[in-house]
Amino acid sequence: MRYVRQKLVQVVIVLLATTFLSVFLMRQVKGADPAIAISGGLVSDPKALEEIRHKWSLDKPIVVQWGRWVKNMVKGDLGQSSAFNVSVADLLRQRVPTTLYLMLYTQVLSLLIAIPLGVYAAYRPNRLFDRVSSSVAFGLLSVPNFVVAVVLVLFFSLKFHIFPAQSTYYGLFNNPSEHIRNLLLPTVANAVGQVAVYMRLLRADMVTTLQNDFITMARAKGLPSSRILFRHAFRPSTFSLITAAAVNVGALIGGVVITEQLFALPGVGKLTVDAIFRRDFLVLQACVALFAIAFVVVNFAVDMAYAFIDPRIRHARALA
Amino acid sequence: MTFTAAEAPESLVHIVAPLPDDGRPRVHRGFLPAFAVVWLSVLTFCAIFAGALPFVKAPNKVSSKLKNSPSMEHWFGTDRIGRDVFSRAIYGARTSLKIAALSILIGIFIGGTIGLIAGYYRKKIDYVTSLFVDIMLAFPALVLALAITSTLGHGTNQVVLALSILSIAPLIRVVRAQTLVYAQREFVLAAKGLGARDGRILFREILPNVMPSLLTFSLTGLAILIVAEGGLAFLGQSVKLPTPTWGFMIVDGYPQLEHQWWICIFPCILLFLTVLSFNVLGDVLSKRFDIKESLA
Repeated sequence: MRYVRQKLVQVVIVLLATTFLSVFLMRQVKGADPAIAISGGLVSDPKALEEIRHKWSLDKPIVVQWGRWVKNMVKGDLGQSSAFNVSVADLLRQRVPTTLYLMLYTQVLSLLIAIPLGVYAAYRPNRLFDRVSSSVAFGLLSVPNFVVAVVLVLFFSLKFHIFPAQSTYYGLFNNPSEHIRNLLLPTVANAVGQVAVYMRLLRADMVTTLQNDFITMARAKGLPSSRILFRHAFRPSTFSLITAAAVNVGALIGGVVITEQLFALPGVGKLTVDAIFRRDFLVLQACVALFAIAFVVVNFAVDMAYAFIDPRIRHARALA
Repeated sequence: MTFTAAEAPESLVHIVAPLPDDGRPRVHRGFLPAFAVVWLSVLTFCAIFAGALPFVKAPNKVSSKLKNSPSMEHWFGTDRIGRDVFSRAIYGARTSLKIAALSILIGIFIGGTIGLIAGYYRKKIDYVTSLFVDIMLAFPALVLALAITSTLGHGTNQVVLALSILSIAPLIRVVRAQTLVYAQREFVLAAKGLGARDGRILFREILPNVMPSLLTFSLTGLAILIVAEGGLAFLGQSVKLPTPTWGFMIVDGYPQLEHQWWICIFPCILLFLTVLSFNVLGDVLSKRFDIKESLA
């Protein structure tokens, strides 16, 4: 419990700091009048400007502005987008599902591919399969996701016309087949690098686990290999994998920003980039803060889940 | 929990048997590391002396040969306004490498110093530093870089600033962790006993021991930063026109991918080979110095 409390305090501090930084960064935009600057010069009506200035306390010190922003955010009010002419909160509500699906599919797909490959490579270390898969994984680690995306589009959209080069978002329940068809290429583009990371981690941990006495014991009892691998060795080998999956959410967010832009998918990533180009700083600030908050919360949740999965860690940390 | 020799207190090193080889295929000797060294040398050489090499043309010179496919005259073909893709890619290497190298050097200098101090003095300064690192790492890297360049502008300086901020936090973490270990070792105690000042202990006793991991991490960091710059360029947020960078060339050639694939694909290949080379060298070094992979 003390461990949870400590972590919680840390998370709150980090959350406060990240929101402060996102407010602080957006106030660095050059411009004589901060009200004009944060609305990207799109609002010129003096009355509207006065309203913006008042709403975000722009004439007060930065700390007050930050407090104001957090207070409004908690109430669900993130301001009015100057470029899209709707409230920022509505805008985010519209865009979040696409990004969530994309990230979820990427994680699921990469784990689905990485787990069997990693387990098999560890089962027969240094054999042909292990050597080939390790080298391939190493190569895949070095391909940026936008390069993967370009190559995928070249072959699957332009040469063979199987998947669209410019995706449209379809709801999962409205049109499941189009939903998958449009999200598949961006998902694969993001998953390629992750598969390599996960596979290498799982393989390394699994090789160590398989040297344990309880594995020898299980073998001596004559259990089939598949049962030993998945029932005995898999769980104790997944801890680095779980941590990596959480830490990777950060890289994944970066990947999503790029792939959404490339495939014209209307998610939060594309919204971020659009907000930059249209100099809509309230939207940009909300997006930056949203990404940081999501990342922190995911990592906290995984840290907690970790302690629940592994009693050894729970006890070790309670003692510490 | 495994213990490597580098992490064990010195007195234990002789007792604990070396870890059994984990059976990872060795990349030490062989084709890839040799390739990486040759590739990076040639690329760096071409990038530095691009202006003086006879086979590299002016990167922004427009010619009447629009969208020519690769030929003896234009090795990588020409783009939609007749510029030579090969020459642009070489100048792109110059920009991309320069930005990544500058950023990592700034990162090493600032991150290394802070990491050493935090790991050595501990207490409050360490707590504050760790909190700072947690905060910086809480931002997804690309989003932070985007936020910086979109508000401060995207000249070379701002991009270098954004990327070096990205590299500082992980480097602090690496150096701090190593310093914590080495500060406990007997040779540091001996130096203290002999009356060495803190500055001397930090830079003459601890720093040389931290150097291998710092170096290894920097190589991987270079790979990450080159990709990050590519990502920024891809989103139109890296150095401005007309300076070619790889990321910019890729996004610039993307609309013509269907009919003139070479404009987009060749910069992709160069980017891939360069990133791969840095990763391979980082891997070789980490095995040479027996450094465990870190998640950052």
